[in-house]
Amino acid sequence: MAEADIAAALRTFLPEDCVLSREEERRPYECDGLTVFRQLPGVVVLPRTEQQLQQVLLTCSRLKVPVVARGAGTGLSGGSTPHAQGVLLSCARLNRILEIDAHERIARLEPGVPNLRVSEAAAVHGLYYAPDPSSQVACSIGGNVAENSGGVHCLKYGLTVHNVLGVRGYTMEGEPLELGGRAPDGPGLDLLALAIGSEGLLMIVTEVTVRLIPRPPCAQLVMASFADVHSAGTAVAAVIAGGIIPAALEMMDRKATAAVEPFAHAGYDLSAAAILLIEADGTPEEVADQVREIEQVLRSAGARTLRVSGSEAERLRWWSGRKNAFPAAGRLSPDYYCMDGTIPRRHVGEVLQAIERMEARYALRCMNVFHAGDGNLHPVILFDANDHDSWERAERFGAEILELCVQLGGTITGEHGVGVEKLNSMCVQFSPAERAAFAAVKEAFDPAGLLNPGKLIPTLARCAEYGRMRVHHGALPHADLPRF
Amino acid sequence: MAATADAVLAELRERVSAAHRTRQALRLKGSGTKDFYGESLAGEVLELRAHQGIVDYEPSELVITARCGTPLSQIEAALAAHGQFLAFEPPAFGADPTLGGVIAAGLSGPRRVYAGAARDFVLGARLLSANGELLRFGGQVMKNVAGFDVSRLLCGSLGILGVITEVSLKVLPRPRAEQTVRLELTAAAAVESFNRWSALGLPISGGAWWQDSAWVRLSGAPPAVRSARERIGGEAIDAASAQARWDALRHCQLPLFDSRVIWRLSVPGAAPPLSLPGEPLIDWGGALRWYADPAAGADVRGVASAAGGTALCWRGAAPAGRFHPLPPVLARLHRRLKERFDPHGIFNPGRLLAGL
Repeated sequence: MAEADIAAALRTFLPEDCVLSREEERRPYECDGLTVFRQLPGVVVLPRTEQQLQQVLLTCSRLKVPVVARGAGTGLSGGSTPHAQGVLLSCARLNRILEIDAHERIARLEPGVPNLRVSEAAAVHGLYYAPDPSSQVACSIGGNVAENSGGVHCLKYGLTVHNVLGVRGYTMEGEPLELGGRAPDGPGLDLLALAIGSEGLLMIVTEVTVRLIPRPPCAQLVMASFADVHSAGTAVAAVIAGGIIPAALEMMDRKATAAVEPFAHAGYDLSAAAILLIEADGTPEEVADQVREIEQVLRSAGARTLRVSGSEAERLRWWSGRKNAFPAAGRLSPDYYCMDGTIPRRHVGEVLQAIERMEARYALRCMNVFHAGDGNLHPVILFDANDHDSWERAERFGAEILELCVQLGGTITGEHGVGVEKLNSMCVQFSPAERAAFAAVKEAFDPAGLLNPGKLIPTLARCAEYGRMRVHHGALPHADLPRF
Repeated sequence: MAATADAVLAELRERVSAAHRTRQALRLKGSGTKDFYGESLAGEVLELRAHQGIVDYEPSELVITARCGTPLSQIEAALAAHGQFLAFEPPAFGADPTLGGVIAAGLSGPRRVYAGAARDFVLGARLLSANGELLRFGGQVMKNVAGFDVSRLLCGSLGILGVITEVSLKVLPRPRAEQTVRLELTAAAAVESFNRWSALGLPISGGAWWQDSAWVRLSGAPPAVRSARERIGGEAIDAASAQARWDALRHCQLPLFDSRVIWRLSVPGAAPPLSLPGEPLIDWGGALRWYADPAAGADVRGVASAAGGTALCWRGAAPAGRFHPLPPVLARLHRRLKERFDPHGIFNPGRLLAGL
């Protein structure tokens, strides 16, 4: 169906300004946070109400037009990369906070509400919404649900799936659907768990009920540096083994600290191979206790230097370096490619050393910032998008890191999602039967296959092609991995 | 051990494949301690207890992986040796349940609303599918968003999608300090207090009420537990009695559970007292309410729905099914999922949903 006809069909019930069909209006929607994948959408719709959104789905379902949902467009895996002949459904205008119940500690939100705004609105009650992806100023709750977003505080406070109580929304066929809710453990299968992290393939969410928790009155940050990445990794395991669950446990390698220090002036030990940032939160007494324990463990784990934030300003300054790691990568290199594999914590040192060897092999630099407490790596590969060969090497470098994560019992994505970016890596992590199970879930919710088609689940043909290609290149890494 | 486990698994695969071919219904069974739970039991018994053993447990990873037939007691003992535990406090009914049964039922104890539910701790699972394939979802890591979250879907599925052969769970260190206090409060005041205290950030890990007493369990760092205890007041209960109380609540062993008919209502945590005759047993800080022997004609489901929740007939004759009925659109999704995962309907037919 021609895009003009789709737009016309949508305009029969939507106000003029809710349907964008001119090329210059559609252009801003051609990519999400992963800018290497671009595709101009057929039509963009921005409904203002849930009823309008339902009408969009009913219409697209009838016309068999693909629909790709988009929140704030901050995703890092191309999950909302548009469909050329499809409708890009922006939830940005559904952005009201519907209810905050301070006593029950819940908030009901429309999907377009930015993550941080929830905590800002709940602050008056001393409450906040825990998951804090680094894009939280901009990213939307709807997008968080689609991606099962994480952040730096997951180890203690969980991911989106642990903090969302229920969602309401529509199937592709325009049928209203309510999963979970304010009462825990309802009857039947846990379809809410399926919907969270489903990357827009199963349903469109129009309302999210989240759990709010009390803001801890106090937080303190411990910063430690290590002579080698192995001992830093060992220290991470020692903290956890010591029965400590810190609010955050982050690691940066030397390349990362060197990149951020010139403009963040965080005061990192630049001679160290790696630094750890470990946060304790709670009441002042709890924090004092935990900081003491953390210091003790780090000292016996061989920390070279050890500092505890003496003020809120200092705590925030030490964090600023970590939070500016990605912008810093942008200063070092025209482009950067951020990976998101997760590994069991005990393999941290091993993986960082393997990445160092890959740097030489692919002739690209890579800095490492990661959620050490969760084993969630964010290797940042520096490349130049204007040099096609450089991008190709970056892509292969990234894929090899992810394969190593799978080999070590981890996963190709801890929090960014598969989207279009990691379709090939899905072939490595999952067998054809497992991918068929994903397809079965998709079919159950969306038999016509119109919701965000081509994402998350690679086709059999694609995986076969990927397998062949890697052999052709003669660079099949980890030949001992079981293959399909 | 590994060879034995492989052999057991190979035999299970064969049994399942054969059942799929011949369309023979299978009734998945661990210890059988939850035979009472679900809509109906049907099919040839498939014993899963033999597929047992802890596969991997590294305390510093906060993850334990074990085969489905592993007794819960074995897992809890292994964790306790390292000062860790299953924070969702799975209930056990009588004899030692298996891990597979715990996850397939997806039930959680008093910590449910404070620490999380069974599903919140599931990191990965292996599934023996209808056509005899071994599938693996999730993994052994805290953060994992590759593919749909099928391992959490399996938690509480009552085996209707396939045999859960192995599970990886997140575990937590035991709280450093724990103190239970008892306060004399009405049910309404208790629920109000549980919510108010939680909103203040007090480290509550259990909030229950029965027979005019509210029981509050505080867990965490010693100073936090101490100051919360001062703030809440009430009578401090010694550790052994407190443990016995919470265990009795967790495993449904209080006198109320001797009743002939028992309803389990899940409602929003701050819901006011329900208009049902009789005094409830309240758990989960107000979100779980048990009623025994309601008067004939009491509209338990209607009351639960009106409060924004659902009612499960835990024991006794179940009018129109044990579980709260699903809205048609959800029932249809269940059917479609079941048809795709188990096209011949061999796994636990009718156990989760009549006719499924």
